[in-house]
Amino acid sequence: MSFLSLSHLEKTFGTNRVVKDFNLSVEKGEFISLLGPSGCGKTTVLRMVAGFETPTSGGIVIDGQEVTGLKPNQRNIGMMFQAYALFPNMTVAENVAFGLKVKGVAKDKRDARVEEMLRLIGLPEMGGRYPFQLSGGQQQRVALARALAPSPRVLLLDEPLSALDAKVRVSLRNEIREIQRELGITTIFVTHDQEEALSMSDRVVVMNGGIAEQVGAPFEVYNRPSTRFVATFVGTLNVFDGAVTGPQSVTLAGVPVTLAEPVEASKGATVALALRPEAVQLGRVEGADVVLPATIESVEFLGSIIRVRARAGGSVVALDTFNRMDAPPPAIGAETEVSLHARDLIVLAG
Amino acid sequence: MMRVVAWGVFLLGCLFFLLPLVGMTEFSLKMRRGVYSFDAYAAVFGDPAFWATFGYSLALAAATIVVGVVLVVPTAYWVRLRLPQARPFVEFITLLPLVIPAIVIVFGYIRMYNTSSFLPLTGSALGTDILLTMGYATLALPYMYRSVDTGLRTIDVGTLTEAAQSLGAGWVTILARIILPNVMVAVLSGAFLTLAIVLGEFTMAALLNRPAFGPYMQLLGANRAYEPPALAVIAFAITWGCMGLMQLATRFAKHERAKA
Amino acid sequence: MPTEPIRRAPRRFPLHWLGILPFAIFATLFLILPTMRIVLGAFQTPDGGFTLQNMLDLNTDSIRAAYWTSIKLSFYTAALGCAVGFAMAAAVVFGGLPKGVRSPLLTFSGVASNFAGVPLAFAFIATIGPVGLITVWLRTEFGINLRAYGFNLLSFWGLVITYLFFQIPLMILIITPALDGLKREWREAAAVLGATGVQYWRMVALPILFPSILGTFALLFANAFGAVATAFALTGPQLNIVPIKLFAQIRGDVLGNPNLGYALAFGMILITAGANLLYIWLRVRSERWLK
Repeated sequence: MSFLSLSHLEKTFGTNRVVKDFNLSVEKGEFISLLGPSGCGKTTVLRMVAGFETPTSGGIVIDGQEVTGLKPNQRNIGMMFQAYALFPNMTVAENVAFGLKVKGVAKDKRDARVEEMLRLIGLPEMGGRYPFQLSGGQQQRVALARALAPSPRVLLLDEPLSALDAKVRVSLRNEIREIQRELGITTIFVTHDQEEALSMSDRVVVMNGGIAEQVGAPFEVYNRPSTRFVATFVGTLNVFDGAVTGPQSVTLAGVPVTLAEPVEASKGATVALALRPEAVQLGRVEGADVVLPATIESVEFLGSIIRVRARAGGSVVALDTFNRMDAPPPAIGAETEVSLHARDLIVLAG
Repeated sequence: MMRVVAWGVFLLGCLFFLLPLVGMTEFSLKMRRGVYSFDAYAAVFGDPAFWATFGYSLALAAATIVVGVVLVVPTAYWVRLRLPQARPFVEFITLLPLVIPAIVIVFGYIRMYNTSSFLPLTGSALGTDILLTMGYATLALPYMYRSVDTGLRTIDVGTLTEAAQSLGAGWVTILARIILPNVMVAVLSGAFLTLAIVLGEFTMAALLNRPAFGPYMQLLGANRAYEPPALAVIAFAITWGCMGLMQLATRFAKHERAKA
Repeated sequence: MPTEPIRRAPRRFPLHWLGILPFAIFATLFLILPTMRIVLGAFQTPDGGFTLQNMLDLNTDSIRAAYWTSIKLSFYTAALGCAVGFAMAAAVVFGGLPKGVRSPLLTFSGVASNFAGVPLAFAFIATIGPVGLITVWLRTEFGINLRAYGFNLLSFWGLVITYLFFQIPLMILIITPALDGLKREWREAAAVLGATGVQYWRMVALPILFPSILGTFALLFANAFGAVATAFALTGPQLNIVPIKLFAQIRGDVLGNPNLGYALAFGMILITAGANLLYIWLRVRSERWLK
């Protein structure tokens, strides 16, 4: 029996079905991301778990308790919002103590818990400050402490990093994940940023149009996307057209290739073959299944990685190579070759 | 449940606001015994004193608006452009008329500008009119200044000025041809509010003994029964008109900005 | 922010201050000097010597009563104006009323808050005066004689009701943006932390709004305290409140001592200035929070 389970969740606003038959089981202590473009329904799912929206149908169970009909303040849930949402009239300590105070926890116990929480987020000296005196990153950490102080059963994070600048975002996401592991708290994280989702989560739910397109570990979702949407939304992708020649073989730009998995298409049909930029190599590589002549179109030097775009096999291919001091990047317009392996090709359904 | 309470509060409030309006309208139509008529309005409009005092207040409002614009636009512009350090001082002054009651200000005028003073403005009718205009400009100062200053905030005063200077424009040209047209909407909005304030003003005009619309209404109220509510309806319509024009000006401004 | 070019190295006579000279002259002549004249006059004998006697002379039964009535009038109209205005604004912002009522209410409030003075008095006389619409209606339809119940428009409570016609809309105009400033996330954060609706209002929303409400109260107080025209048109010169007393004193020296008039006016300045300073201070505080 999973710790948090959402079964057949539906939400309709007027005639607009925002969430369609959404199912998800979360284990205790698991960190799950809901990833998708804006309007895909991920925030609505989160708000239904929090109790701000009532599902049109379906049920939510937390730790064996049916909570679908409960009000938000009866669910014992912690939540972080995109816009911090700290109470501006209270100090940091009063903000963190709020959940305990409304529960009627005694003052000395409250104070001890607040101190513990502030130490946890690394702001032990800030208890007396007001939110407007803190930076965005500090405010969001206080919001985390406030959400965790009453020891909630589930932690909900509604794009908590998207209002912060890039550097703070990366350091805070590591911090959140560390604290989450330390406390072993079941967490649902909503984001539209694939890098955040992939780097933080135990499992990722990729959503589109109110539907969970794929649920899986980051490695799996990235390398074995089950739909075209997932493949294109998560990460960068090169797509080739391939002509099916047999149950497991295609031709790619005239070169016959044997795929790792069978193709579900009849002979003569065209399928889309996708390839991550890091799976394409520059030059002729020993043992490669396909080698195509290529013309360099652009070179983007990103530091540790160099992203090259080359015209090959009738389309533009993006490929990533690591920076090496002894191998300067190719010149634009240079004639060269690119190599790829059949095992890296992903056949996109639909 | 909450919605029922909300509706209840809202409707009760509306009732409180609508009843006096209905009351004055109904009363103003009852001059002729037994039937509703516009006799009270005819009486008001037939009174030469109505037109004289209304015209007088209108003229004074126009003068007040001119004084206000000439005073406020260059000052607000200059404070933004060159004297940001004077801003707290200027803003404090512009807020003072909200703090000091009008009756106290006009009391000061009467004592300061009497016939035996260094500037005997109250000695002549024209002098008193000037004094009253200045008094009205003082009353309108907080609204005019805030409106114009907000208008200036939306345009880049510094760049506009430098551009005009590089083309050889002098200060008067810059103010009249560049800055004023750009804050015209703000000026208009302040002007309509000034108009509403001046037309209804009673205290200053009464104490300076000038034949303005406010004292006329008071005098009529003390002596007649049906004309006063008719006057109230007219005054309400005027206030509504001024506010409507003011909103129109702001909406126009938003529209213009959206287009830009 | 670009760094400022260093070009005003040689310190000249600050000519650019001349730019606000016209404004400074206007403010001095028509605002500051007249007010100073009153303030100084309050501490002068008729031949110009310094005295505290005028202030002490304010302590007569009649003047004390006038100040007390004025303060009560301002307090009641400000308190009721705040309460009713808040309730109406809250009904419109949170009560689930259709969106269409909001804009007309704000427009109407803009008009009504400026519809003060003489015509406002006429409107109330025509409605709840001795032969007003409601008075007559209650008498003929229900046999209720308002006067027999002790109600009289030309009295303290009549004045309170009349003043509310511009006090309530002023409150609505100022408090509606403040209510809009309450973020949805605050309510949701409070709920998710286990707070009930009442706890949210008591611990979060009202403390956040408190400076705005108290500040608006101070503004309404000053607004009522300095108002002359409505009271004068309603009751004539006999009602004993400070502005009316001062009005009569300016017209005809009813106190028999010009310098006592200055003291009376100075007392008004003290009270309205105090109320407004409170307003400005609280406003700065609430804006700091909501940054």
